[in-house]
Order: sequence, then structure tokens, then C-alpha cells
Amino acid sequence: MFAGIDIGSSSSKAAIIGDDGRLLSVSVHNQGAGTDGHRQALERALALAGAERSDIRFLVATGYGRMRYEGADRQLTEISCHAKGVAWLTSGARTIIDVGGQDSKAIKLDAAGNVANFAMNEKCAAGTGRFLEVMARVLDCRVDELSEIAAASVKEVPISSVCAVFAESEVISRLSSGERPEDVARGAHVSIARRIAGLAGRIGCQPEIVMTGGVALNGDAVACLSKELGHEVLVAPHAQAIGAVGAAAFAWEMARAAK
Amino acid sequence: MNMNERSVTSKELLKKLTALHYEGAAKAKAEGRPVVWATSISPQELLETMDLATVYPENHAAAIGARKEALVFIDEAERDGYSQDICSYARVNIGYAGVGKSEAQDIPLPDLLFCCGNICGTVIKWYENLAKELRVPMIFIDMPFNHSFHVPAHSRAYMRGQIEDAIEQLEAFTKRRFDRDKFSEVMRLSNATCEWWKKATDLAKAKPSPLNGFDMFNYMAIIVCMRGSKEGYELFKLWHDELAAKAAAGMGPWSSAEEKYRVMWDGIACWPHLSTTFNALKKHGINMVTSSYPESWNLRYETNDLEGMAAAYSSIYANRNLDYDIGYMKKLVDEFRLDGIVYHSNRSCKLMDFRQYEVQRRVGELTGVPSVIFDGDQTDPRSFSEAQYETRIQALAEMMERGKGGMGL
Repeated sequence: MFAGIDIGSSSSKAAIIGDDGRLLSVSVHNQGAGTDGHRQALERALALAGAERSDIRFLVATGYGRMRYEGADRQLTEISCHAKGVAWLTSGARTIIDVGGQDSKAIKLDAAGNVANFAMNEKCAAGTGRFLEVMARVLDCRVDELSEIAAASVKEVPISSVCAVFAESEVISRLSSGERPEDVARGAHVSIARRIAGLAGRIGCQPEIVMTGGVALNGDAVACLSKELGHEVLVAPHAQAIGAVGAAAFAWEMARAAK
Repeated sequence: MNMNERSVTSKELLKKLTALHYEGAAKAKAEGRPVVWATSISPQELLETMDLATVYPENHAAAIGARKEALVFIDEAERDGYSQDICSYARVNIGYAGVGKSEAQDIPLPDLLFCCGNICGTVIKWYENLAKELRVPMIFIDMPFNHSFHVPAHSRAYMRGQIEDAIEQLEAFTKRRFDRDKFSEVMRLSNATCEWWKKATDLAKAKPSPLNGFDMFNYMAIIVCMRGSKEGYELFKLWHDELAAKAAAGMGPWSSAEEKYRVMWDGIACWPHLSTTFNALKKHGINMVTSSYPESWNLRYETNDLEGMAAAYSSIYANRNLDYDIGYMKKLVDEFRLDGIVYHSNRSCKLMDFRQYEVQRRVGELTGVPSVIFDGDQTDPRSFSEAQYETRIQALAEMMERGKGGMGL
């Protein structure tokens, strides 16, 4: 069996692929780099696959914490791993939008599903999952509740600041002037979608467009992004853990190539 | 200096000449002779002819950045009211003009400013500001951006007129006659130095390249500061010969690792993070073999042809239109057999950032070579994230590995 582990800034993900190349399990643990979240994610994925650590013949680590993870046979970037995961589980994708905890990226794929080019956020949390975490804190909800709240929006409250810190004070002042939390949540999704659409434009966004990363689980944010891009954005299966799936797929391929 | 010492290496000579350059300026000041501050690609031939001790604030700022001292001066400039969005070379230099000393390298304050607008527009405001703050005269040579592919005739004539005028201003400033015979000799020597700089950096076309491009960043100090001198000429000749011998012996850039991939570095170095940016590349066997720098100081023209000299200074990468720059980058990709390009999105340099995405897009389409953009700054250490840089460089390495049919990538 083969394992992939994606140690992100806010969560850890693991995936196991069998000898026949079939995806056996995935797991997500809400603790990222600097914690033992990666161990828990891997243990959970192993348990779901009915396997033990000694069954793993090759392990690829990816994500922000990849270089500090001991026990990986190889470390690869999340850019390559998201592309590989999407190619492994879907077909026809030409653009991947990945929004994680502290990175957002647009990846252009060639016809074979390989990375042709990519663009990433600047040294700034605008347009990342962290931005939504800050919004959730101000709205006094969990980040996974934002989508449902925004779904009840009747108008968008525009958030002009791209800086997560300034956006926080902007939202506080909007709420205190009587704006509804639903409309503020929608405004936050539109803000992040615009930022990501800018990145996607740089690499020449082509359909099919597939979204990965934790923010892909936020249906309202995905709908806002579809609107900004003028094209339907599909959500990848196992969207949050697809980097780990890609890492496991690389592990499978590399072990075979090394034979 | 005894140049006949066979044992001296170019690296030792580089160090010696850099020290000599700064000592010369300090000595001039101490003896009551004027000191000039000049922009990095200005026609220094005029200053050299007049025997004026000259220092280059951009190089000085880079040295301060590399010694991790930039924030002292950046903070000073920002306290003084200069925005964080202004070029960090300008902030370091303006801050230095206020503080007046540094751990990395001291320079004397200027008695004259010599500014050439071929490298960017910021230098004009920066030097005007220094002139006013320090109450010193400024000679400015306007070299308009070339929107057409070649330097237009009206521009050549306009710049020639300004160079003639600058000579008169220098005569008035020094109260000495401008020696035309000496000028010819300086022009000849400057061209010869530039020729050897280009020849040396061109040796990186060999595979593996005998040159580690980060060394080129170091040698740049002398092509900026001493290209009109005999010592500068001798340094680049020596450096060339060393690299040629390495290439002939099939030696690569490092003794401890093999060159696996060859890339170009677009933009200025990230001086405060030089070792981080270098090591992340080397870790993946990536050698930076070239950049826009070799050509930027390949300033060549016929001796005594003032208009040709003006055109050469106006023809640098930073002052040419998009079509020229894209064609030039494609040429580098082909001639240096590049596997990838690293673009430094330099917070300080609006001129470079303005066109960088479009250059990346069009060069990518023309060559099919993968590339990556990272955020940083030439001297402000705060605008760079090590983890982000490493991920981008590794992603480039993975794209290049796949391009070579590597391990399942």
C-alpha cells in the first residue's frame, strides 16, 4: 500500500492507495503543521483502510509541513500533488483552484493533467482560508457554518479591504451599522472569489475548472467563484484531502517506476 | 597593487578592488576633493575623465542589504516620512544620508549628484530629493523609455545634447577643462571592460556552467563601480580566464553538487536573503546561469561616438519595450539552454513589476519553458517569505523534472 500525507497550515490530511491503484481511504484532521495532527490523520486513514504503518511501501509528504515530516520517502509540493490528485480522481480538468489555510493558487493543467503553470497568492492572507476564519470569528460562527449563513443573504455587503486584519474591522463596523450577518458572509465570499479570479486570470483560466482545498467545502463561496469566473466551478471529490490523494498517487507511481 | 602576482584569484581581486573603491572615495572626501553619487548605469565615462571620486548608492544599498543591515536605514527613512511603497534602495540611501554611517560600509556624503533616467523613473525623484536635502547640485541625463523597438533618432540627438551639456556642467563644477583625449581613452577602456564582463558571463552557456550565477551578483559591484578603470578591466579578464579554464575542464558551478537544471533569474537579487534564495535552488541542483544583468553592462559603442554612447546607455533591458524584452529573454532561453525561469516580483521595482506577468506569459508561450514568480524585495527583508519561496522553487523543480521525464512526474 501507498500513503500520501498533506500537512497544511491549519489541517492535516492523509490518503491510502492500494497496490491496484485504488483509493482505499482518506482522512482529515483539523490540526496542521507544528502539531501531531499528521500522525492522527495517518493513523485514521490506515485504520479506515484496515492497514498498519508497516504495510506502507512508499510515502509522499506534501503541504506546508512537508520538509519537517520525518518518515517520508519523498517530499513534493502541494501544487504537483493537487494536480495529481485531481487527475487521479477526475477527468477533463484544465484549471484547479486550490484555496487552503494560508495559500490560494490557480493551477493550469496540460491535456495530460500535468502542471503547466501556476499562480499563487502574494505574501498576504487575502483570498485564503485564513480570511474566512477571521470572518467567521467576527460573525461568531464556525467557518463551516459560513456557507449556510450566506445562503440566506438577500444582498451582498461589499468588503473593500483585501487585508484580513483591516477587513475584520471593516466587518465589525458594517455589523454595528445594522448590516445583517448573512449579507456580510456573502460579501466575504465575493471578496475572496474576486481575489482568486484575479489569480486564475493570470494563468488563463480554461474549463473544466475544479476546486480543491478546504474552502471548496463552502458551497456559497464556490457559487460566488463560479459567478466571478463566468463558468461553473466543480468541486473535486475529497476536495480537502485531494493533495494527500495526489501524494499517495505519486507514491504509487514512484514505487512502480523504481522497480 | 601589483597585478603581476600570478597567485591572485579574481575573487581576491574583487575584494581588494571593492575595498579600494570605497577607500578612494573616503580619501577624496578627507582631502577636500568632491565626491559624486551616481546611478548604476550612468555614463561614468564623464566622471572618470574628470577624475571624480564616485560611489554608487544602489551598490552601497545592496551591500547593506546583504549584510542584513537595511532595516536600520529603512526605518530611518520611514520615520522621516518616506513611504514603505518607495524603492528600498532609495529608502536605504536616503536613510543613510541621514544616519551617515553603517556597519557594512561607510560612504562619504556627495558634493554632486549624477543621475541617469535609463534605469527607472524613481531615481529622478530620489536624486532630486537628495539634492534638496543635502543642498548639492545634480546633473541629470534624461534617457526616455524606448517605446519603439530601437532607440529613435530624435532620442539619440536629444541624449547627445544632454551629454555635451553635462560635460559643460562638470567643467563648471570642477573649474577644470574636460580632457577630450583622456575621455577617448576612458571610453576605449570602458568598452573593453564591458566586453570581458560579457565574455565571462557568456561562459555560463557551457553545460555544466562553470559559473554559479550568484557569484555574478558579487562581481557586478565592479562592473558598476570601476568599469572605466584599468583595474576593472583586469578583474574581468582574470575572471573570464578562470571560468574558461573551469569550462575547459568540464567543471560545473559547485564542487559539492551537480548542476541538474539551468535557470534564469529575472530581476534584482533578494540581497537580505541571498543565502536562502541560493540554497533553495542549489538543494534541487538548480543553477542560475544568467539574468538580464550581463547585457545591462554590455555597454558598447565606437570610441568618440557620443551619440552611440548615449544609444548604448539607453538600450538596456529596463529601458526597452516589451517586444525587445521578450525577444531577449527567448534568446537567453535558447542560448543558455535554460530549463526554467525564476521571476523575482520585487516590491521595490515598479518598473519591473509593471510588465512581469505579461513577460512571463509571452515568454512561456514562445519557449514552453516553465517558470515561477516569487514575492520579495531587493533590500527590504520584510517582503519575503522563506516557506513561500521554497514551495515555489520546489514546484519549479518538479515541473522541470517532469519535463525531463523524471520519476513519475
